[in-house]
Amino acid sequence: MHALLTLILSFAGALACGLMPAGRARQIRWVALAFASLGLLTALHCALRYGGSGVADEVDWPWIPSLGARLAFGYDGISLPLLLVTGLVAVCGVLFTWELKERANEFYAYYFALVGGVYGVFLSRDLFLLFVFYEIAVVPKYFLIAIWGGTRKDYAAMKLVLYSFAGSALVLLGLLGLYFGANASTFTLQELSQASLSAPLQYVVFPLLFVGFAVLAGMWPFHTWAPTGHVAAPTAASMLLAGVVMKLGAYGCLRVAIGLLPLGAKVWAPWVAALAVVNIVYGALVALRQTDFKFVIGYSSVSHMGFVLLGLATLTQTGLTGAVLQMFSHGVIGALLFALVGAVIYSRTHTRQLEEFHLLIARMPVIAWVFILAGLASMGLPGFSGFAAELHVLMGAWQSPWVSAGLVVLAGAGVVATFGYTLVKIHEAFFRPRVASGSSDKEGLYEPMTAAEIAGCALLLGSSLLVGLFPSLLTDKMQASLKLIVDRLNEAR
Amino acid sequence: MSASTLALIPCLPLLAALCTAGMRNGRRAAAVAIGALAMSALLALWALSQAWTGDAQVFPLADWLSVGGTRITFSLRLDALSALMASMVTFVGLLIFIFSTGYMAHDPRCARFFCYLSLFAAGMLGLVLSNNLLLLFMSWEIVGLASYLLIGFWFHKPSAAAAGKKAFIVTRLGDLGLLLGLLVAFTQTGTLELYAGGAGLLEKDPGTLVWGVGAAKLVSLLLFVGAAGKSGQVPLHVWLPDAMEGPTPVSALIHAATMVAAGVFLVARTFPLFEAGGTLPLVAWTGGVTALIAALIALGQFDIKRILAYSTVSQLGLMMVGLGAATTGAIGMYHLFTHAYFKALLFLGAGSISHGCHHEQDIRKMGGIARAMPVTTAAYLCGALALVAFPYTSGYFSKDAVLVAVYGADRPLFYLCAFSSLLTALYVTRQCVYVFAGAHRGAHAPHESPAVMTVPLVILAVFALGMGGLFGGALQAKLGAIHAAHPFPVIATSWAVALGGMLLGWVIYSGRDLRAPDPLALVPLQRKLWFDELYAATAGRLWSGLTALAVLLQEMVAALAELVQELAQATGQFFSRSVDGRLIDQLAVDGLARRFHEGGRAAVRFQSGFLPGYLRWVVLGTLLGGLFVHWLLT
Repeated sequence: MHALLTLILSFAGALACGLMPAGRARQIRWVALAFASLGLLTALHCALRYGGSGVADEVDWPWIPSLGARLAFGYDGISLPLLLVTGLVAVCGVLFTWELKERANEFYAYYFALVGGVYGVFLSRDLFLLFVFYEIAVVPKYFLIAIWGGTRKDYAAMKLVLYSFAGSALVLLGLLGLYFGANASTFTLQELSQASLSAPLQYVVFPLLFVGFAVLAGMWPFHTWAPTGHVAAPTAASMLLAGVVMKLGAYGCLRVAIGLLPLGAKVWAPWVAALAVVNIVYGALVALRQTDFKFVIGYSSVSHMGFVLLGLATLTQTGLTGAVLQMFSHGVIGALLFALVGAVIYSRTHTRQLEEFHLLIARMPVIAWVFILAGLASMGLPGFSGFAAELHVLMGAWQSPWVSAGLVVLAGAGVVATFGYTLVKIHEAFFRPRVASGSSDKEGLYEPMTAAEIAGCALLLGSSLLVGLFPSLLTDKMQASLKLIVDRLNEAR
Repeated sequence: MSASTLALIPCLPLLAALCTAGMRNGRRAAAVAIGALAMSALLALWALSQAWTGDAQVFPLADWLSVGGTRITFSLRLDALSALMASMVTFVGLLIFIFSTGYMAHDPRCARFFCYLSLFAAGMLGLVLSNNLLLLFMSWEIVGLASYLLIGFWFHKPSAAAAGKKAFIVTRLGDLGLLLGLLVAFTQTGTLELYAGGAGLLEKDPGTLVWGVGAAKLVSLLLFVGAAGKSGQVPLHVWLPDAMEGPTPVSALIHAATMVAAGVFLVARTFPLFEAGGTLPLVAWTGGVTALIAALIALGQFDIKRILAYSTVSQLGLMMVGLGAATTGAIGMYHLFTHAYFKALLFLGAGSISHGCHHEQDIRKMGGIARAMPVTTAAYLCGALALVAFPYTSGYFSKDAVLVAVYGADRPLFYLCAFSSLLTALYVTRQCVYVFAGAHRGAHAPHESPAVMTVPLVILAVFALGMGGLFGGALQAKLGAIHAAHPFPVIATSWAVALGGMLLGWVIYSGRDLRAPDPLALVPLQRKLWFDELYAATAGRLWSGLTALAVLLQEMVAALAELVQELAQATGQFFSRSVDGRLIDQLAVDGLARRFHEGGRAAVRFQSGFLPGYLRWVVLGTLLGGLFVHWLLT
């Protein structure tokens, strides 16, 4: 199957769901599941078929000749894990919103538009095209939150969109700089990577592009959209936000900023590393103070994305491998945590306030254990994908001349802090008798997990375990593509 | 013996853990877990017989991943150290598993218990056999996870849930050291394999300096932080006594015999690094101070398991002394082995006692157990004698070896260890008098435990008494100890502290009314020298201060973002009202002006919408960008 099918299927899914009558919620969700699953299967097929180097499934059509923009698609070892995680999260998002009744047709139309935009970014081999998909992904997010959202949804939707566009504005500036600097009338990655860009230009354009993309990756101090956005979003949307949309930013940082501007990257890497460590430690500390369960997960996302950024800042093969692996890992685990907190637990307790929970371990034992497993995965326990990813990042950071040893120690302390807040919050959520009075969390056992919920949890937890036990399944495929970037970094003077 | 056979030793319990994860029937789960561990034990004995006669071997398993071009290969090592540890873990583990079938028989979550126990055994065996520091670290973490799950097994007790959390976080603090040590070692030597035919981590000279410190020194220091966390060395010992909230078989297996010894094992395994780095005196002194402090605190405790827990901390300290004062890892490991048997015995005995006393753990409410539970009492006293190092018990031989080593290496430390041995004899005697002598002081009459619980006790008692005399010499020789002369002062001290301490305890406690306040349980000792309070006041406060600071910063960032948004809105307001509204209103005809005005007001509302804002950004951005690039290029 051709990789472009993921993109086509998503937009077709958006169209199909959007055209179905709103009352047909049952049928719509099956159609949605079918489209999402086909997307995942396509991504899986691509992964199995990918040879380990070069760009696969290349397509190159002229698009806007006057600008030199082309419809160039294709994927390499860096896109591959992200295509997979997008497919996984898209399927699970449908599974965890199985009971959605309200305006289901519209919901899935926006949902698939977002998924399609994301696939588009990961498949684009032309910067102009990439930017267009990047923007396409923003619009449905707004509607998903503003219509189906929860806590302060208007505020959150607006904040998210403003931040996204502010980031996009920086990116656009940077892209123009690249375009005119390269002076080759082209936007294709292939040609831009061979263009010689002067050092001063790189120094100036790199921060524009990196910060512009990193806004979406949740880089401190541009991260505040993330927790509020995640919390306000309906479950499927917060899964996509945490699982893949934040990766769009990180992907842009790697592919465009670091990939095309090696000299700029070398100058700015120490600063990026410092901010990344702030992300890790700060996110963990703030998470510890949250009383709303979903905010805890929101800040944990900020903390985990810090590891992606730290991996990027190392500019070494090991660190970049770790960054991409962490993108996959957090995509899967973050989505699972949001699904559990936002849908599975909330649909039963009707509250997300930790102090209102009453000994949930005894009253929803299976769900509690699934969450604890997810928490262990999130802590980076060996056997789960997070461990392999953090190990790569820390090893890369230790070896990298751009990251000081003190920062690595701090990042390590961040790992301990992650342990701390995860255990504390697991304790508060499941093992603690009620603290607040007048809670909506009633006595008695809760109903067990539904089949859709079990399937979703198994899919996400299983992928994290699989990659955790056999990380080389993914890392081996990335090496050649990352080596191109690292070689360019090493050659640039 | 092939690689896959050796790999079966940890893999069988792992399989058992997976099989029992979904089971509800406790008896069936116990059968699976015990069967798997019994097979592991047989394999471990076979491995031991091979290691005993043959040379040390490395068995490569598989490449796990490649990091920046370097492949990380998981491999296992079979030598006297790993084979002995594996045999000990499986054998003690097996007895404890059998004991658990009696102890946990009435627990509705019995099957889950055996699942966790098997997971623990798998992790521990992986740790012991690993020839790769990363595989060791991964097993180390799994062991920590199992410990967390088992301490908090009775999570309906808030103290148990809290203790599990505390144990996990404190040991994790130590693990940070281990992880960083691993990173430094990998960067310096390019490998994580301990032995690899001359190219391993322990066989290379890590030589070069890192931060002006020798690499070996830095790595060994970092590894020791990890070891100290796991093995409860001061100041990271605080989690271990709290871990007694778990079921007693867990305390016996994990928090006495095996897991807490993992730190000691790590130091012994990576001994060449410690030797090269010159970090051994630090190891020895940390151990000595731990031994003393824990023995002191044990004097002030009234919970039968907590006394044993502090005694474990104290004995772990002695093991570290044995490692730090000697020129090989043999002596510390020797004490580890003897301790594993007699301390497992003591914990299981304590479990049997509290089982017979209707889950009473306060020694003030015991007494008269000797008459009610004769088998348990006899076995427990064997363990107590070994702990005191009563001449010719196993504990005597191994502690004596430690004292001989430290006598030659560091005289002040020798006196410190001798004094803590005196305290050991004293608190053990105190505990035994409280528990066994006199009349029963509790509400319910105690009863003897079933055979499934007492038989493991008897087997362990035989080992506690006889192991040192029977196997001690050969064991030390296999572990690489160099035969040392036995100076008379050491022998005299050994005898004097053991017998003197017991005599002193007998004088103070026998014939005393045990309902009256205890003369030795001083307030500072009862309060465990305020370590918990100290941490709450320092680390705890720092931690909450940091989180508060982070939250404050968070508010500030959010406020700033809000300010930018307000500014943007105000500018929009200005344009729409003043420019659109007033300027154009004044210039245009009234009707047109009003329509413009209305349009302007609509635009006010639209400022919170997204499209115009976006367009404005794009236009502005493109203009600015164009100008900027133009300026750059000219």
